[in-house]
Amino acid sequence: MAETFSHFAYFVTVFLMMAGLFIVIARGNLIKKLIGLSIFQTSVYLLYVAPGKLLGGTAPIIAEGYHVYSNPLPHVLILTAIVVGVATLALGLALAVRIREAYGTIEEDEITALDDRIDTAEAQP
Amino acid sequence: MALTVLVLARLRNLFSVIVLAGIYSFLTATVLVALDAVDVAMTEAAVGAGVSTVLLLGALYLCRSEEARPVHRPWLPLAISASTGALLIHGALGLPDFADPQAPIHQHVAPRYLQNEVDIPNVVTAVLASFRGYDTLGETTVVFTAGAGIIALLRRRRGKDGDDAK
Amino acid sequence: MRSELVLRVIGKLLIPFILLFAVYVQFHGDFGPGGGFQAGVIFAAGIVFYALIFGLVNARKIIPDWLVETMLALGVLIYIGVGLAGILLGGAFLDYFVLSADPVHGQHRGIFWVEVGVAVTVCGVMLKIFYMFTSRSRADGPGDD
Repeated sequence: MAETFSHFAYFVTVFLMMAGLFIVIARGNLIKKLIGLSIFQTSVYLLYVAPGKLLGGTAPIIAEGYHVYSNPLPHVLILTAIVVGVATLALGLALAVRIREAYGTIEEDEITALDDRIDTAEAQP
Repeated sequence: MALTVLVLARLRNLFSVIVLAGIYSFLTATVLVALDAVDVAMTEAAVGAGVSTVLLLGALYLCRSEEARPVHRPWLPLAISASTGALLIHGALGLPDFADPQAPIHQHVAPRYLQNEVDIPNVVTAVLASFRGYDTLGETTVVFTAGAGIIALLRRRRGKDGDDAK
Repeated sequence: MRSELVLRVIGKLLIPFILLFAVYVQFHGDFGPGGGFQAGVIFAAGIVFYALIFGLVNARKIIPDWLVETMLALGVLIYIGVGLAGILLGGAFLDYFVLSADPVHGQHRGIFWVEVGVAVTVCGVMLKIFYMFTSRSRADGPGDD
């Protein structure tokens, strides 16, 4: 039981990660898939930041009177990850918009069906 | 946060899904403050709940759809997610305890960063800009490339109105 | 019409403070939470707020397209410029110690300019993405199949 408390952060992270993964796999709508992907990324941020925390510590800004600081290294890595994540989200959304204009839909099943139709139409000259 | 995500997975109205995603980002920012990551929380709140929501709403306006009713029962994805989750939890049990001062993460480089060689109180900024300046250069280039990619994707060609890029 | 009036008044009150806060976060990033990324995003958010209330045309008059595209590239160039300045002054790429007579002061300068570069690029990218998404009309491309 002590295991559950000391590793609670990891359990939460894994749950959120699996929820994001489920949304990406199981839902067909492109925009929802992208949101699921961003949920996945957010869970990874928690995975990185949680081990850096020290009980009784404070934010890693050096000030008088504080001796214990939480580890600043994961913060740096996650800062980069957040900005890169939103950049890829924007690119994914731009692709979704273009797909919408080309196919008329952003549901995965319908896009695949349209593609198959185009392929069979091209196969018969 | 878990509740937000579960409801998000079930909802079909995309506007509510986007609003829930914004709520989820704010909750993440709060949790990050509780974990003493103030810089990260500020960035997550600004980027995840601010810019990200605006972009999603813009894309939703252009795509104007609601999610279709799922045709197949999601048993296989549920099984995959559950088994992957079980594997990950089994692996995570070997990770250090929460807030363990003896964890390897605190041993090697972090004490040196915290010794404040460059005389800047915000250690995260010092590490980001000085100790790990190369990574930040790479990241700025990635952001720039994403911007250039979006320009390339969404650019409108000059020409007649019907002559749009397909 | 009344709700628009409220939005306009609140916008006029808040937007200067948002932009000022972005500049504060940028320069105070050495002493408190903050730094380049946050400042760039908050500045872009302020301009987005303005565009949402007063219209995209007005926002484009204030921050025209060529300025946004210049900001995109300028930030990366500033960053690389700081690195090259390190080389020209005798050190390695992105070496801040040689940027001034006193090494610690050189660090301060290097970090200042690097953060400025990052903020400019991030702000430019966020604004450009917003402009691209909102200037595209629903009628582009083929309609519903």
